[in-house]
Amino acid sequence: MPVEGATANGPLLAVSNLTKLFGSFAACNEINLQIDQGEIHALLGENGAGKSTLVKMLFGVLAPTGGEIVWQGRSVRIASPAAARKLGIGMVFQHFSLFEALTVAENIALSMDGNISLAKVAEEASRLSHAYGLPLDPKAHVADLSVGERQRIEIVRALLQNPRLIILDEPTSVLTPQEADRLFETLNKLKAEGRSVLYISHRLEEVQRICDRATVLRHGKVTGACDPKVETPASLARMMVGSDVAAVTAEGTSTKGDVQLEARHLSVSARTPFAVSLKNICLKVRAGEVLAIAGVAGNGQGELFDALSGEYPVADDAAVQIRQKPVGNRNINARRLMGAGFVPEERHGHAAVSAMPLSDNLVLARSRSDAKAFLGGCFLNIIRRDAVTTATKRISEAMDVRKSGEDPPAGSLSGGNLQKFIVGRELDRQPAVLIVNQPTWGVDAGAASRIRQALVDLAKAGSAVLVISQDLDEIFEVATEIAVISEGRLSDPYPARELSREKIGLLMGGMYGKTEGTGAVHAH
Amino acid sequence: MRIELEKRAKISALFSILSPFIAFLLTIIFGGIMFALLGKNPVTALYSFFVEPLSEVWSLHELAIKAAPLILIAVGLSVCFRSNNWNIGAEGQFIMGAIAGSTLPVVFYEWQSPLVLPLMMLMGMLGGALFAAIPAFLKAHMNTNEILTSLMLVYVAQLFLDWLVRGPWRNPGGMNFPETRTFAPDAILPELIASGRTHWGFAFAIIAAILVWFMMRYTLKGFEISVLGQSERAGRFAGFSSRRMIWFSMLLSGALAGLAGISEVSGAIQQLRPVISPGYGFTAIIVAFLGRLNPLGIIAAGLVLALTYLGGEAAQLSLGVSDKVTRVFQGLLLFFVLSCDTLIHYRIRLVWYRFTASDLDRSR
Repeated sequence: MPVEGATANGPLLAVSNLTKLFGSFAACNEINLQIDQGEIHALLGENGAGKSTLVKMLFGVLAPTGGEIVWQGRSVRIASPAAARKLGIGMVFQHFSLFEALTVAENIALSMDGNISLAKVAEEASRLSHAYGLPLDPKAHVADLSVGERQRIEIVRALLQNPRLIILDEPTSVLTPQEADRLFETLNKLKAEGRSVLYISHRLEEVQRICDRATVLRHGKVTGACDPKVETPASLARMMVGSDVAAVTAEGTSTKGDVQLEARHLSVSARTPFAVSLKNICLKVRAGEVLAIAGVAGNGQGELFDALSGEYPVADDAAVQIRQKPVGNRNINARRLMGAGFVPEERHGHAAVSAMPLSDNLVLARSRSDAKAFLGGCFLNIIRRDAVTTATKRISEAMDVRKSGEDPPAGSLSGGNLQKFIVGRELDRQPAVLIVNQPTWGVDAGAASRIRQALVDLAKAGSAVLVISQDLDEIFEVATEIAVISEGRLSDPYPARELSREKIGLLMGGMYGKTEGTGAVHAH
Repeated sequence: MRIELEKRAKISALFSILSPFIAFLLTIIFGGIMFALLGKNPVTALYSFFVEPLSEVWSLHELAIKAAPLILIAVGLSVCFRSNNWNIGAEGQFIMGAIAGSTLPVVFYEWQSPLVLPLMMLMGMLGGALFAAIPAFLKAHMNTNEILTSLMLVYVAQLFLDWLVRGPWRNPGGMNFPETRTFAPDAILPELIASGRTHWGFAFAIIAAILVWFMMRYTLKGFEISVLGQSERAGRFAGFSSRRMIWFSMLLSGALAGLAGISEVSGAIQQLRPVISPGYGFTAIIVAFLGRLNPLGIIAAGLVLALTYLGGEAAQLSLGVSDKVTRVFQGLLLFFVLSCDTLIHYRIRLVWYRFTASDLDRSR
């Protein structure tokens, strides 16, 4: 389905000196960007570089403070997403806006401007989805669909408007490698029709693979425009980060000690209708070892963390063992007292209270495990501010936490710096067992490499480390053993050196453990 | 055009402190306008409302008597509100505390001992706590909304008191008035200082405020309260139980409201009547917020709100306006406190569409 009315020459979209100020902070500072007809254009940058702000201005969600947007040679002001859609700009957000209880067709109909019958929407959606290799059943309920399928709904929703430009925000962050391959085919099809794609990512490998040109942002400014195919990952990374990123070395983590953390046939039923139940999970982490659990988001990672940390203790006491003692019934502080440390996925409102200063957030995780150091006054449990402040300073220095002021609120730190503090708060205790869920989710490359190195070093020093992560690059950097979680089931562990990305992809799709060969890859 | 509230990047420390004072000033200005509309001279009206009650020793004592229950209740409520438990039923807990504590001087009036008074106070606290235990249980184990249950239980308490004083507890020698017998001297809370009626209830309030302030400021318990109030999930990560916090905060605020109730009855009224509170339990909510949920701030706020009660009475006498003026001032004050706090955290922005989707159509 080629695009009608394509103008012959000139860029499709030209942005000049586009600026967005939040107060005095420039999220986007005089951005220049050109997207031609029929190209896949990458927008590269770390978290907080201004990528999202830029595309929100292009899609009419935010109003620019200054600068100009030229669409097909005409200066435009995009006041709302509806206006953007009318111009021919479609967008697929990183976080989907779908109603789980409704069907695919109903969700699509909700986003359409004007009155169109549901049957017609279903028919059109089904036709488009097959034409672009994104099979979808319009009558399926969203709650029953995988994340990859949900993303297809969003893409089809954008395609129904017959857009000239489609903006995709970090589309592969929720996909298995196989699902990502399929998405890339679709993007190439769109390109062949003369449509343009603005592809936002921080994954260099896929940008090099599918994009024709790239614009790199850092701190709200354009720091480079290039052809990604002639660059190296290292040169792209340098444009993104501004300096070379230290490589993580996992050498010397091969010595294995006793089993420090173990799950024995751990099964947990789902707490809420949309949670995942854990099914018969067995894992062992020895001292000196990093076991990484890969998997697509929403396959039971959070639930596994809750059960292992003791935030939600389980009925079977023997199902979770820390240092070879059953702790399934014990709460999180009892497990901490046995030498375990925990880093949950969500920083704000779970690992830290945003409005509280760092020192309070230190007490949050260690009030019981370090009661001797941090509490006084006998039964009154008076918090010893001097000891807490000293420890906060020590952790901030050890992890190079950059902050404004001595003891600022956790919410004022950047994601990377707060995460360094949260990880450092556990490392400071030298835990025998450390369980980390998504250690570098939404963290800049510099902080991520520092955190990963710290996890590897902890294992080297003789602790057992369990890392739950969606980021395969991260997993290969830190892991000695890798297992994959899918729909609440955990695969057998494999030594990291023996496992290929393709194999992980198959396991992510639901082919776990020894059932290999009998079950097909989950029919997506 | 539409109006948006936009979160401020920085919260002004100066205005956070000034906010209650600005709110009080605005209350006075709008109160003055109200008096003017009623045909009274706003200056003299405001004078007799806010200043006259402070000019004599006896009225200062009245101020302390009225402030005592407000402060006691509000201090308990501040713990509730900080931990995100919305106990709106302090009025009921106040009444039940008064009833429980009055059992001794009303039913066992013949027993006279120095132990009577301390026992009454303990029973008052117990009564208030047990009555608060009902919404606590319903929230902790049935996931019920405590705002509704605690509020509705107020009416249960009020009607129960009404029934008691008209029925089983009515004073046999009281000419059929709906009152209990007056308390024996052993059961009456003594005066604090010789110059007037201020009783020990005021001392209880100040002590409770200081103890709770210490707890919130320095101890792990206070830390637990604020963590659970801001994020239940972070509290769980810290190993704090939000269910136990429901019990703790509700029982504590219930006990303090109950203590306020029995102190008021034993110190000021000295018998039970159908109505023993001019809405202390509800006014204490304003006190708690005007004091910024800080027990020391609550002492000051309690005195201010007590003044509105006295001012209402004074205005009724000297200006001939209804004592409902008190309620108007309390309402104005709460409104301005909350709106000042909102404007400290947010700014108002008027959004004008200069260019809309339909404009775009026309330009095509």
